[in-house]
Amino acid sequence: MRKTYAILPALMLLALPLVGNPASWATLTVAGLAMGMMTFIMASGLTLIFGLMGVLTFAHGAFVTFGAFVAASLLTPDLAMLPLALLAAMAAAAVLGALFERVIVKPVYGQHTKQILITMGAMVVAEQLIIVVWGADQRMVELPPLLKGSFLVGDATFERFRLLVVAIGLALYAALHLALNRTRLGLLVRAGVEHPEMVEALGYRIKLVFIAIFALGSALAALGGGLWALYRGQLTASLGAERMIDIFIVVIVGGLGSLGGCFIAALLAALLFNYTSYFAPSLASLSEVILLIVVLLWRPRGLMG
Amino acid sequence: MRSRPLALLLAAILLGLATTPFILHGAQAINAAAHICIFILLVASYDLLLGYTGVVSFAHTMFFGIGGYGAGLALAFSPSWPSLALGIAAALLLSGLLSMVIGLLSLRVRALFFAMITLAVAAVFAELASRLSWLTGGEDGKSFEVPELLRASFRLLPDRLFGTVINGKVVTYYLIFAATCLLFLLLLRLVNSPFGRVLQAIRENEFRAEAIGYRTAYYRTAASAVAAMVATLGGVLLSLWLRYIGPDSTLSFDIMIDVLLMTVIGGTGSLYGSIIGATLIVIAQTYLRDALSGLQDLTPLANPDRWRLWLGLIFIFCVYLFPEGIVGKLRAMANRKILPP
Repeated sequence: MRKTYAILPALMLLALPLVGNPASWATLTVAGLAMGMMTFIMASGLTLIFGLMGVLTFAHGAFVTFGAFVAASLLTPDLAMLPLALLAAMAAAAVLGALFERVIVKPVYGQHTKQILITMGAMVVAEQLIIVVWGADQRMVELPPLLKGSFLVGDATFERFRLLVVAIGLALYAALHLALNRTRLGLLVRAGVEHPEMVEALGYRIKLVFIAIFALGSALAALGGGLWALYRGQLTASLGAERMIDIFIVVIVGGLGSLGGCFIAALLAALLFNYTSYFAPSLASLSEVILLIVVLLWRPRGLMG
Repeated sequence: MRSRPLALLLAAILLGLATTPFILHGAQAINAAAHICIFILLVASYDLLLGYTGVVSFAHTMFFGIGGYGAGLALAFSPSWPSLALGIAAALLLSGLLSMVIGLLSLRVRALFFAMITLAVAAVFAELASRLSWLTGGEDGKSFEVPELLRASFRLLPDRLFGTVINGKVVTYYLIFAATCLLFLLLLRLVNSPFGRVLQAIRENEFRAEAIGYRTAYYRTAASAVAAMVATLGGVLLSLWLRYIGPDSTLSFDIMIDVLLMTVIGGTGSLYGSIIGATLIVIAQTYLRDALSGLQDLTPLANPDRWRLWLGLIFIFCVYLFPEGIVGKLRAMANRKILPP
């Protein structure tokens, strides 16, 4: 499995001679990594929820949009407000996520078709409610002045915010990986994936773990949404629905339920997207579908599924 | 079991659709009737997937769009019958191939992938359609002429018939109506054939169907290809009706939501549900939407732009509380009369 990680540096090295200019290659690569990290943050919640509960929630994008709007409305030019706004968005989404699990998803556990239909309906309703609350117009999102702008290393420009996003994504991946594999709670979660009845029989309340994971997944979606809105500088109510496409591709390519696979797939898809848009902008979105097809032909269950 | 109210309802809808141009004058009524016909096709073919095969696809509007663009672009090139036939053939070929590729890729693994992959592919297709503006006209879409017989200026009869001018628009309507009837009967034949039985067996118990010896991936892929091609023909009919093709008229995700709602409200697992679902929702959208706008001063929730909020809520409630749909409910009532509990 560790060998799969080697795809990433291989792709970056392969792109270097194709792009030609090392400076633009570096800029493209960092931008791709930043985009990939954001997609990973959003998709990790979905893959965790699926891994534990076997629930594929199409309403995940609603939490992305919700998080973006909460963060954007709390943001001030003060740098200290940025983490606070993102944390507030995560907290609000976690509460809503727990509610969502209890009210919407709980009655349809184990029924895949109904899950897909209901969560898709919930996504439509949530998007409309967001429009009712925050309006249908595009909203500008300003980064705090300290994070704006870029600096030069040689000829390559690096935007500050992109580097920050890469750092956050790496830290989050490490934290999730450690929490799943090195803590007692993670042990419980992994045991719940394998054998929920057994865990329950041992006296643990698996229901609480379910709710907690749903809340965590929704909070991660909100964090990703907030970062994405800051990255793009604007947001609309359809942000989450648009991101869902990338999120799904990444989750399938990585292998449903696998955190590591999701991480690799997110970076892979974003890098590929960025390199393709450098050569043929109109074909960039096709690159992800091609990645999806190639991976499914090669490993039908995804990279790490 | 047969249900008398259901049979009466279906007969009334059929009669209504067959006579709309002569009974209800005015553009809105015939427009609604044409949309009902086209959506019956779209919903019936979608039910072949959702109700009979048990897979959820979000790419049905993509195939609808392929048909629309196929006919539209061919007619924009030259408004003649051979050109239209060529456009339809190309669209059918593309839809068939695309649905088989998607089916073989995703249904081989697990049906759950199908929902996600169709969503992704449909979104990318919609983006391509609006990006490749030299071919498709981009976001603005394309207007085009239809063959002489179907033009509004064409007169089939010199005089009025029952007070209606038989112009090209009426001819187009009856073309749509006839095509819908024919394709619906074909679908009905298909689901009641041995092939349709296998699909239902897979829906009920995939593992068992495979154990008996049916190759489930093959059957599911074949069903999705048939559904895709019927949706393609629906798109052809829509572009003949609108004389315009654009991303919003066929590819938009809103139409996918409408189709889902019609399928669920009408009743999944019964093609007759598509007739009731499509009729109900199209009439509600045509006439109720205006009624709703009267309330918009009271609350922003009643703004006609928030129409989807209400559709979504109805949809969720239907899936929870009313999963058998109108047709299922009526049939259950008929059964209860014969076999009292």
